[in-house]
Amino acid sequence: MKKTLITTTTLCTMAFGASAQEVNLLSWGGAYGNSHLEAYAKPFTEETGIAVNIADADNPATPIKAMVEAGNVTSDVASVEYADAVRLCDEGLLEEIDASALEAAEDGTAATDDYIEGGVTDCFVGTDVYSMVLVYNDEQFADAKPSAPADFFDLEAFPGKRTMRKGAKFNLELALMADGVPADEVYATLETPEGVDRAFAKLDSIKDEVVWWEAGAQPPQLLADGEVSMAYAFNGRIFDAVQQDDQPFEIIWDGQIYEMEGWVIPQGAPNMEEAMQFIAFSTAPANQARAAEFISYGPPRRSAAAMVGNIEGSEEPMGPNLPTSEENMTNALGSNLDFWVDYDSELNERFNAWLAG
Amino acid sequence: MATPLDPHAAIVTEAGGAPDGKLTTADGQPLQKALARSSRAARRRAFFLVAPLLAFIVFTFVVPIGQLLYRSAHNDGFSANMPEISAWFAENPPGTTPDEAAFAALARDLLASAEERSIGTVGTRINYEVPGTRSLFTSTGRQVRRGIEPPYQQALLEIDEEWADAEIWAAMRGASTAYTDSFYLASVDRTRDIDGNITPVAEHRQVYVMLFLRTLWLSGLITALTFLLGFPVAHLLATLPMRKSNLLMILVLLPFWTSLLVRTSSWMVLLQQQGVVNDTLVWLGVIDSNGRLEMMYNQVGTIVAMTHILLPFMILPLYSVMRTINPAYVRAARSLGATSWTAFRRVYFPQTLPGLGAGALLVFILAVGYYITPALVGGSSGQLISNMIAEHMTGTLNWSMAAALAAILLAGVLILYWVYDRLVGIDNLKLG
Repeated sequence: MKKTLITTTTLCTMAFGASAQEVNLLSWGGAYGNSHLEAYAKPFTEETGIAVNIADADNPATPIKAMVEAGNVTSDVASVEYADAVRLCDEGLLEEIDASALEAAEDGTAATDDYIEGGVTDCFVGTDVYSMVLVYNDEQFADAKPSAPADFFDLEAFPGKRTMRKGAKFNLELALMADGVPADEVYATLETPEGVDRAFAKLDSIKDEVVWWEAGAQPPQLLADGEVSMAYAFNGRIFDAVQQDDQPFEIIWDGQIYEMEGWVIPQGAPNMEEAMQFIAFSTAPANQARAAEFISYGPPRRSAAAMVGNIEGSEEPMGPNLPTSEENMTNALGSNLDFWVDYDSELNERFNAWLAG
Repeated sequence: MATPLDPHAAIVTEAGGAPDGKLTTADGQPLQKALARSSRAARRRAFFLVAPLLAFIVFTFVVPIGQLLYRSAHNDGFSANMPEISAWFAENPPGTTPDEAAFAALARDLLASAEERSIGTVGTRINYEVPGTRSLFTSTGRQVRRGIEPPYQQALLEIDEEWADAEIWAAMRGASTAYTDSFYLASVDRTRDIDGNITPVAEHRQVYVMLFLRTLWLSGLITALTFLLGFPVAHLLATLPMRKSNLLMILVLLPFWTSLLVRTSSWMVLLQQQGVVNDTLVWLGVIDSNGRLEMMYNQVGTIVAMTHILLPFMILPLYSVMRTINPAYVRAARSLGATSWTAFRRVYFPQTLPGLGAGALLVFILAVGYYITPALVGGSSGQLISNMIAEHMTGTLNWSMAAALAAILLAGVLILYWVYDRLVGIDNLKLG
């Protein structure tokens, strides 16, 4: 059986290998999927002649598990969230990626050093950074404007309801930062029981004024309705609402918590070599920068950040809208996925008990 | 006049003549046998008629529920990937201090599991029992792959002191068999301590019992509200002339046919603080603009929206029963001197009970499992147990936990159904 398999595979490779060079990419669709098509797939095909077939999924991490377990892998590269990459990698569903094949920065810095921390792991190469940011409706605050995490918890100076994502992740970090914990000590604090108590105590102070959201589309809606005056939301959604619908929303970058999305190769992908070629090409600094012009998610490579131009189809520079821009990163916190993989169930259980109680 | 072709006639004619007193048919066979054969044929025909439905129910209902029950008590994430240490647990009774043999087995399992990259699954399983341990497994796995020398106890403790923690060993013992009751224990805010005794979980983690009680209480309240609101409507529909009642019926059915999501979102538009109801009250001067009522993102929102959404399930069975009540009975009661209240209480109302029973059972069971509406308008205090099941299905991916919670909910509904049957009788149920 195995022999037959090897023979047929070899025959197929011999027959089609030369002519049918291709990469099957599993992406998300929408504006984000479009950035993959325009910034990565089209130029890649132009340069190498390798066709890129893009398929969409609601969350590519789900079909990966199904494909590998069924032994019928059809995708070569998939875009997944960092947390899913960690999980899938630990469960043996992903190929390991050789980081030395990635393109170096123009000044010669090796790719792994050029990436922000955690940007390249055993099975994952980051493509973009999105973040959780504080947002306020400019019309609600005529005089003083909120500017830092502490203001989000200050109901007297900045009255009105808040909206936060229903869950422990992001909220506990924000609460600690608002309580005066520096960004780089947040996770160390959260690892202690006192730190968790402190975070929940801080959340307690605004509990009655919070509307909890579950879908990313909710916070811009709640802000637009005037139902809440401030929100804690994904930056891309807010950027879209401002760009497309001219909403008077202002983002506070102080205390943003960023997280990555990126490429993985499913275990047993059929075109492994081309997949690696595609990953190296798309994570080259210039192409990272190009992708960020289509959607307000920042390049995870330091050298790429400076190259980002104007918002696609506009004269306005994209830079200030990216989570990774220098000026937005002054007090930013990288989401610690290892921490969350470990403590997610415990803290969420506690969060749910706290919420229900 | 009976003919030999008529079996009934044959029985009659032959009955007296049987010598041994047994009844036979015209062709001399024992009656009992003949009857059994014919009823067997009838049963077979009936079975073939319902076979498609039966197959459908088995595949879409019985099998999934069976899988759910199985998953709630079966999780081999640890036992399938850690065979040696599982064997050690089987050989040594609870309370045995892990010795070098145990650590050696653990180290070999960790190495094998890390190489097969199933260590994430193993860590996740233990993490359900002892939060914060997933990385203990994954990081130890990484280090074991780099090489590990005996004595293993010392080597593992050097990698991480947590390996000496009795709680982790107790959790591993619990997970070393594929069948476990730990998810059911967790569903009622209980856990096993180091010695295997059942104890309550830490106070700040106790949530499920409270949510079960809240779900029952809110479902009961919503059932009562649909009854109070639906009874007069159903009565009106049943007693108005057909032309008028048909028109009113459309008003009941239209929302019934409208998507659940649309109706829930409409309630959001109405109830929110900048919503229609609050705006109207402010405009009328009833409330001040700063004192807008909070009718959503709390229990009030859940109760209002769910009562509205479930109302037709109460009105329709009530209506169908009320249509059949003869108005002459109430008139007779009145003519015999009953006040209108007595006539209602002793004559009319008892006759509506089958409809009420059906409506109440429908509304209650639907309310217990409601998910979308509380998720959207419930806020923190309006969440039900179904929202927690969804959280475990899609958020934490702890399907065993979701299955255990769902199984408890299912058992609760079945018990209620049984109690209902004992008190009211399920034959009295009338859906239409």
